[in-house]
Amino acid sequence: MAEEVVLLDFWPSPFGMRSRIALAEKGIKYEHKEEDLRNKSALLLQMNPVHKKIPVLIHNGKPVCESLIQVQYIDEVWHDKAPLLPSDPYQKATARFWADYVDKKIYEVGGRVWKTKGEKQATAKKELIETLKLLEKELGDKPYFGGESLGYVDVAFIPFYSWFYALEKCGNFSIEAECPKLIAWAKRCMQKESVAKSLPDQQKVYDFILEMKKHFGIE
Amino acid sequence: MAVLKLFGAWPSPYVFRVIWALKLKGIPYEYIEEDLSNKSPLLLQYNPIHKKVPVLVHDGKLICESIVILRYIDEIWPQNPLLPADPHERAVALFWIKFADDKSPFISKLYRTDGEEQQVAAKECFEMLEVIEGHALVGEKKFFGGDEINMVDIAFCSVAHWLGVIEGFTGLKIFEPHKFPRLNSWIQNFKSVPVIKDNLPDTDKMSVVLKRRREMLLASKSS
Repeated sequence: MAEEVVLLDFWPSPFGMRSRIALAEKGIKYEHKEEDLRNKSALLLQMNPVHKKIPVLIHNGKPVCESLIQVQYIDEVWHDKAPLLPSDPYQKATARFWADYVDKKIYEVGGRVWKTKGEKQATAKKELIETLKLLEKELGDKPYFGGESLGYVDVAFIPFYSWFYALEKCGNFSIEAECPKLIAWAKRCMQKESVAKSLPDQQKVYDFILEMKKHFGIE
Repeated sequence: MAVLKLFGAWPSPYVFRVIWALKLKGIPYEYIEEDLSNKSPLLLQYNPIHKKVPVLVHDGKLICESIVILRYIDEIWPQNPLLPADPHERAVALFWIKFADDKSPFISKLYRTDGEEQQVAAKECFEMLEVIEGHALVGEKKFFGGDEINMVDIAFCSVAHWLGVIEGFTGLKIFEPHKFPRLNSWIQNFKSVPVIKDNLPDTDKMSVVLKRRREMLLASKSS
């Protein structure tokens, strides 16, 4: 039976990027459907009635919601190529812990960097750098969080790199100056075709953030 | 010498999740109670990132975050599996487990806050119950995964037990059986499972402890 894979997505979403990367790593052909989040499609509302959010992965008509769950699902179903999660249960647990950490921290703290000013922004910047330094420490001397090859934590985290330029401009700071090893890791990931073609151009993301700021009345 | 150690703090629902998983699989373990107002050097060493319980130590390996721990336990000891084998069914189970994890903190907020903050938490809790009733428990199911208890049921434990106790001493009324009939049935089913029934924190004791915690938190806020 032919596999039918559809991804409901929104181009600047770091969560959508995760699934794009996973699908590309496995060489899966899929239909990419761009959603207008101000005018959500009937398909999106039907496939994710609880949250009405992207990304949604639809495999042979059945939806999988939440980006990290999608990455795990893709890894399980297409297990014969480019494994993303380690097979050892303890290493798997460690990978899940760090992906969960990225999920809990980066989006929320990063959001505060571009959405706030003054004192609040200074606090957010400090928290972001602390979070990134912790991740940099976890990376250590490994080429990837997954070891010798791109793994689950790399896929969970690398999409946020496409937002770094925008955050740096909004916050007037340099992430590379604080976390050089992390930026080296990011550039290494970007050399992979699956990552490079899944992440949007950083300038485009910055323009998008500026539009959002105008829309929400944030100066 | 115990191969498995669990660091917990009574009456954390996140710790009980791990206790139930270990008992459902019949795995022996040593339990170490932590005083969260005075965290032991061992806990701070074992979970330097979040400084929280539960922490599982298995043959010297440290695992943190209750759902990460549960998945680890399920993989090492596959008897009485806690997740479906089918990838899509498993993805659906994980979706509800994440939902439970994202929303459960609002149940704690009910006793940790007052005024507007508490009202916001109450609204979030009510909406959470509506979603569970309308989406997660559709179909004549005893438990979230069918006839047997699994990780989704365990993940929603705060709804089954902690919510009622907190409503009791805060005077809030969020869950009403006639408004949430499916949820009401599920709560009865969940609490009837022998491992759960025999290992639920005592409601009177919980009320005393959480009420005291509430008083301390609100007092320190106003000072």
